[in-house]
Amino acid sequence: MIALHDVHKSYAGSGGAALAGVNLSVARGEVYGVIGQSGAGKSTLIRLINALERPTSGRVEVDGIDVAALGAADLRALRRRIGMIFQNFGLLSSRTVAANVALPLKLAGSSGIEPRVEELLARVGLTDHAHKYPAQLSGGQKQRVGIARALATGPDILLCDEATSALDPETTRSVLALLRELNRELGLTIVLITHEMDVVRAVCDRVAVLEAGKVVESGSVADIFAHAAHDATRRMLA
Amino acid sequence: MNFFTNIDWPEIAAACGDTLLMLGGSLLLTILLGLPLGVLLFLTAARQLSANRVVNAVLGVIVNILRSVPFIILLIVMIPLTVALVGTSLGVAGAIPPLVIGAAPFYARLVETALREVDRTTIEAVQAMGATTRQIVVRALIPEAMPGIVSGATVTAVALVSFTAMAGVVGAGGLGDLAIRYGYQRFQTDVMVVTVALLVVLVQILQYVGDRLALRLTRR
Repeated sequence: MIALHDVHKSYAGSGGAALAGVNLSVARGEVYGVIGQSGAGKSTLIRLINALERPTSGRVEVDGIDVAALGAADLRALRRRIGMIFQNFGLLSSRTVAANVALPLKLAGSSGIEPRVEELLARVGLTDHAHKYPAQLSGGQKQRVGIARALATGPDILLCDEATSALDPETTRSVLALLRELNRELGLTIVLITHEMDVVRAVCDRVAVLEAGKVVESGSVADIFAHAAHDATRRMLA
Repeated sequence: MNFFTNIDWPEIAAACGDTLLMLGGSLLLTILLGLPLGVLLFLTAARQLSANRVVNAVLGVIVNILRSVPFIILLIVMIPLTVALVGTSLGVAGAIPPLVIGAAPFYARLVETALREVDRTTIEAVQAMGATTRQIVVRALIPEAMPGIVSGATVTAVALVSFTAMAGVVGAGGLGDLAIRYGYQRFQTDVMVVTVALLVVLVQILQYVGDRLALRLTRR
């Protein structure tokens, strides 16, 4: 469903490459983890999938379509199919919880926004908080708003950018459980990046280990945990 | 002896009215011009949504030039343009073009600064929803930066009050004009005191209203 072919990415003005020849493929309906230390290129990698970043060379495909080659309107349509959540949530502080969740629907010009927002808030267990502002919520609640908002346009892919890194262990577990549930019940394909092995262990089907812009190891979570072949993986496990 | 012997209250009232008209008119136009200019400065900066080095550099230089010309010089230099725009360089109408050209670049920089304070992840999140640049600006950037945009308008309004007093020198009328013609040139200290006191009260009110409004808009 998502495929990266020999993707390179370097930034003007910075010495090394953020990504140096990444190959990766994510199947429909799986939870795919990319793990690595900070600076390994994870954050660049996940932003290539919805074209928040463009590769310097190589191809990024979603359903066989070259994402970087899409025109502005087609790219916006693709982005409505790809939800995204963030470490720092990225909620609009000037909008209530309900208005945050409604925003992607408004931008898309959808009708029937109100019942849809109610349904989404019920899904993430925040019905009672609809009229609060993000500043009045806990970290875990903010991320649930982020998830509800990311699901608003009914995407089939969800990108998680260190989505639990700002949360305490217990909240992390409950957010991960919610992601797992969404994956099972909606058939949502999830790509998540993290620096925490526990996150991978808890939710991922498959995992790629990223180091210095390269995938050094990948496979099913069980295999990687049982027979870590690369030093970088062993370091992450330690 | 009565201290306020020289005061012609109806004239003071008329001057107050002129000052308020100059301030209201020029503030409105300054916001209408400065807000889009500030948005453009922000969007075209390096690594922003519509990064464009040439446009950003040209706008930046224009803004900086206008900001470095002393207002009293701008008033005089702009006389031909002012006459072309509003038919006169005198009175309230004649004061508004130089006031706007003097204040809009200043306000644009304040808007730009307010927009830079908006959390980058928030902009990225809205971009990832499939928003157009216009939608990002209207639905996310400006609402998120609104407290800063309002505070900037307050600072600009206060600066405009002292600009209107200076405009009085070249025939704009208003409280500044009274202070100079009677208070300074005719040594009528009481007129000077009353007009300056009224300007102080005006600034206090502007600052109070601006602060309250910015606070009301803050949801952090």
